Amino acid sequence: MMPVMELDTALLVAAIALGWPLGRYMAGVYGTEPFWARRAAAPLERAIYRLCGICAQEEMDWKRYAVALLLFNLAGAVFLYALMLAQGHLPLDPEGLRGVGAGLAFNTAASFVTNTNWQAYAGETTMSYLTQMLGLGVQNFLSAATGIVIAVAMIRGIARNKAPGLGNFWVDMTRTVLYVLVPLALVFAVILMAQGVPDTLGSYVQAHLIAPFTSGKAVVTHQVIALGPVASQEAIKELGNNGGGFFNANSAHPFENPTALTNFLEMVAMLVIPTALVFMFGRMVRDDRQGWALLAVMLLFFIPLSLASAHFDLAGNPALRALGVTQAHAPALAGGGNMVGVEDRFGVGASTLFGTVATATSTGAANCAYDSFMPLSGLVNLFDMQLGEIIFGGVGSGLATMLAFVIFAVFVGGLMIGRTPEYLGKKIESFEIKMASLSILIMPLLVLIGTAIAVVTAAGRAGVFNPGPHGFSEILYAFTSAANNNGSAFGGLAADSHFYNVALALCVLIGRYWTYLPLLALAGSLAQKARIPASSGTLATHTPLFIGLIAGVVLLVGALNFFPALSLGPIVEHMMRLPSHPVVR
Amino acid sequence: MSVMKTHAAHLEWGQLAQDAVVGSLKKLVPQHQIRNPVMFVVYAGAWLVLALWIRDLVDRRDALAAFTGTLDVWLWLTLLFANFSESLAEGQGKAQAASLRQARQDVQARRLSEARHDASSERVPGTALRPGDFVLVEAGDVMPADGEAVLGVASVDESAITGESAPVIREGSGDRTAVTGGTKVLSDWLVVRVTSAPGDTFLDRMIRMVEGASRRKTPNEIALGILLVVLTLVFLVVTMTLYPYSWYAVHYAVHRGHVVGITVLVALLVCLIPTTIGALLPAIGIAGIMRLMRANVVATSGRAIEAAGDVDVLLLDKTGTITYGNRQAAGFHPAPGIAKEELAAMARLASLADDTPEGRSIVTLAQQLFPREAQPLGADAVLIAFTAETRMSGVDLDGGRLPIRKGAPDAMRAWIGQHGGAWAQELEMTIQLVASRGATPLVVCADTRALGVVELKDIVKKNIRERFADLRRMGIRTVMVTGDNPLTAQAIAAEAGVDDFIAEAKPEAKLARIRAFHAEGHMVAMTGDGTNDAPALAQADVALCMASGTQAAREAANMVDLDSNPTKLLEIVHIGKQLLMTRGALTTFSVANDVAKYFAIIPAAFVGTYPALSALNVMDLSSPRHAILAAVIFNAVVIPFLIPLALKGVRSRAASAKSLLRRNIWIYGVGGLVTPFIGIKLIDVLLTWM
Repeated sequence: MMPVMELDTALLVAAIALGWPLGRYMAGVYGTEPFWARRAAAPLERAIYRLCGICAQEEMDWKRYAVALLLFNLAGAVFLYALMLAQGHLPLDPEGLRGVGAGLAFNTAASFVTNTNWQAYAGETTMSYLTQMLGLGVQNFLSAATGIVIAVAMIRGIARNKAPGLGNFWVDMTRTVLYVLVPLALVFAVILMAQGVPDTLGSYVQAHLIAPFTSGKAVVTHQVIALGPVASQEAIKELGNNGGGFFNANSAHPFENPTALTNFLEMVAMLVIPTALVFMFGRMVRDDRQGWALLAVMLLFFIPLSLASAHFDLAGNPALRALGVTQAHAPALAGGGNMVGVEDRFGVGASTLFGTVATATSTGAANCAYDSFMPLSGLVNLFDMQLGEIIFGGVGSGLATMLAFVIFAVFVGGLMIGRTPEYLGKKIESFEIKMASLSILIMPLLVLIGTAIAVVTAAGRAGVFNPGPHGFSEILYAFTSAANNNGSAFGGLAADSHFYNVALALCVLIGRYWTYLPLLALAGSLAQKARIPASSGTLATHTPLFIGLIAGVVLLVGALNFFPALSLGPIVEHMMRLPSHPVVR
Repeated sequence: MSVMKTHAAHLEWGQLAQDAVVGSLKKLVPQHQIRNPVMFVVYAGAWLVLALWIRDLVDRRDALAAFTGTLDVWLWLTLLFANFSESLAEGQGKAQAASLRQARQDVQARRLSEARHDASSERVPGTALRPGDFVLVEAGDVMPADGEAVLGVASVDESAITGESAPVIREGSGDRTAVTGGTKVLSDWLVVRVTSAPGDTFLDRMIRMVEGASRRKTPNEIALGILLVVLTLVFLVVTMTLYPYSWYAVHYAVHRGHVVGITVLVALLVCLIPTTIGALLPAIGIAGIMRLMRANVVATSGRAIEAAGDVDVLLLDKTGTITYGNRQAAGFHPAPGIAKEELAAMARLASLADDTPEGRSIVTLAQQLFPREAQPLGADAVLIAFTAETRMSGVDLDGGRLPIRKGAPDAMRAWIGQHGGAWAQELEMTIQLVASRGATPLVVCADTRALGVVELKDIVKKNIRERFADLRRMGIRTVMVTGDNPLTAQAIAAEAGVDDFIAEAKPEAKLARIRAFHAEGHMVAMTGDGTNDAPALAQADVALCMASGTQAAREAANMVDLDSNPTKLLEIVHIGKQLLMTRGALTTFSVANDVAKYFAIIPAAFVGTYPALSALNVMDLSSPRHAILAAVIFNAVVIPFLIPLALKGVRSRAASAKSLLRRNIWIYGVGGLVTPFIGIKLIDVLLTWM
């Protein structure tokens, strides 16, 4: 357990140490005051605006902001969809892959545009280099930027005083890509290449096996090793909390995540922008303590959950212990514990931590088979998502959802001190509660109803490989991952069926837009309100007491809804002590 | 002692409770239940379980029928408890409305053809009067409608409205023109211009308010309502999806046990949705208005009460609120060579003819300090009364040979000058000194010699400083409004401990300051009574008008204080905060309760399919059915237990937001988490006994 705690600490220290300056930098990027980076790249920025016909000075109210966002994402989705269908006729396809089927293309387009990156396919056998770069890679940048601008608009709503607008969507998008995502991804891609991640347009290579083996009647002497422009994709996959792997094995693949160092850096990369956004929030509302308070709530969940996940998986499988198999924490056993589905160059501790980071941040990347986790470690992954992606959360969207929960906490807290609730000087009235409710309401409904439909229909049950409550957990996991735009896959579920492609794509789309459009409306309403000066009668929203209140509201209003479903899935799996683990495929 | 309080004494709790029981049964109709979405879910569940119970009876499944039947009884009881709390609160209101209604009799009015005492008149019923009509009321008449006196002076008994038995003066000019329908003229006459339409008099509005007929939901109530509906919706889905989950578990996952029963799911749903706050929410709102009524304040809307909780700036008139009505003598400062006793004695003599409160206070102070010097006047003494023109009063002793005078320094200086006396430098310094303290100096002289200075001071009310300190702790700024010069104002402001003051204030200054506060985002409360206060009252977020105020002020205000006590504003702020706090505290309690209920019902519902889940039965409840019943019973009985809290309101103290929040989170949040674990366990133990 000690090494995991050390790794956890190192990870958080690195994320905060990088997130703090990045947060200040981003506050400058989105601010109105002169800023060195914007001055440096001003000609480029202006050229982009001229080329796209954007009037950078124009302020948008929440409705125009939302419409611009929707149209932009729609255009992206249609382009991506068409690209996948047509890839067989397009260049940069050394392996001669054919066009993607319509159902899968719809699912994938919905999934990548919404920053979910649920993958019902294996990248190396489905997507051409052109699709990977021009389609998926571009959306990795744009969907992350979309999430960030939602948070920026939301923060402006809180920070502005009697303002009609939330900013300009096109300007915010441009700045996000230009000043934040591209530079960070560039640096990280170079580091990954230095560590051995390939980045090539060359075709797959054939390798002679040192030890040929017989499969069926054929003797296998060769292996095809898939390659591609991986490093450039991998960098933004982690930084933008996308999580869609270049290869099917995602970050468990040695070409995506070759070393212990890249494993650590990829975790840091997942955390750095969400952490920076929290600090940016503090900066933009002119009260750094508010940012720290939100970070404290996140850590209050993250640290115990990540340690619990590691603890249960490191404890090993009781069924194996009963058979006298050793799962000792020895270097020779790659750290020991429940090694099923774990890459032995990472070990159990680094794998569960990667799982917690990937599910907490809505990245959904994986460096092991989450399906093979011990039940309660799998539960941590599920729970991270079911909290509504507020522990760090997706780039931007996580902070926005967190702010919706804060609005609830402020409402209850405000009433308890006998005042109309207010957050950072903005009155929280029925419209705000309505919008925050609409936003937070939809995710549990999608997960619970989606799972219910899947378990009662033959099409839904057809995808389940595992009997017992674990099969139920797998379905629950798929819908949880889709509705929360996480994209993490539990495995053990045949998701490339018509039923799951459509059902999960719908969850992905509703989970994204139904959640964030009300928050934009909320931001628009807050922006128009006058800021109320604080006094000793004002509810302070940076104190340990209030941090506890937010955590309580998140648990009671958000997570408690999943208690019955979790009881019938991972909780009962754990209690039955039945190692209902799937065989590694 | 006010009539309201007398009314409250009339409330017989036994009778009220009886009526409330009847009322709660009557409310079991769908038209009423649908108004409260949370309780409507319980209502639908109760009917559903009733149907299931009948099915169980028909199918002769006795053990199951006993369980279903018992559960259904408790569901209906949950509804009755909720209705009871609302009926009880309404009953209190009705009792008060009934006694108000006694004052609203049908009266004959004498309608004048024009606004003259001797104009021709006709007898019409009071209900025929329209705004703009002129009526004549004389001694013994009951005022037929609300209106404004335009002519005459009369003493009026307003006890039916205000509870104050001392008659008040109403006259056709100035700030005391407002008359209220239902009050009685005791002497003289008034010509009144009617301002209210029939059925919309002040009294009617008061009755409507307490009866709750015109009670609209307040902004915070609406917001809270939305939150509760959303929670209910989510829990509805949580419980409904459990049926397919259970079906899957039974038929596909483990092939064991039975699919969870609808009865159990209804039980879980009722336990999870926020029934506690849902049931008590209407009662809390009515109780808030009743608390205000008991403080003898009538709010024209529930919104105003809520706003009172949000107020962070109080504009308080100096006179009457911060200080006692008038300036009073506070000390004697003799000129060089004069004994203090002599100055006091002379000041007393000079003030005997001064009937103003200031004059009387000089006499009182002199007699208190030097009782032996208080000599009676000789027979030849001639009293010179105080007039506004001379600005002095006095007495001529010894047949006019010894004039003694007291008055404002400049008036006295002129008087001494006229009589050939000298104005000493020391005297001038004393005058300056007194004035610089914010007090009023009066000069006393005998013959042509100035004897010294009497200091008149505003006397700040007792304990007002502590109350302002309380307000400051609650984050509320106090601003004193006074017509005094800045120097005087500053001295009193410092003594009373207000945060700020407006000196030499005109009504426009008040209005401007309120606008300025609004621009900074503050919420402002103020009191007022005069017609010239009306614009400021209309601008303020909480505007308290004195019952003695003019009609215009009353119309502009959103609360009327029947006691005409300006200090009441502080109480109203507390009542407003208490209302919100009660809602917040009970919401927190209600939601926090859910954790224990999950632990009671989830293992009970699924232990047949997954025996391993009995590990979640942390309360060690005796059997699945007992566990479910115990949770439902706890959910029901917690409502009557909390009715007193809902009606009385949670304790509101003058404390900072931080300490209030800490206290309420501990009591209602953590308490709400822990209490049901204990309660459900206890009920389970009781069920096992029986």
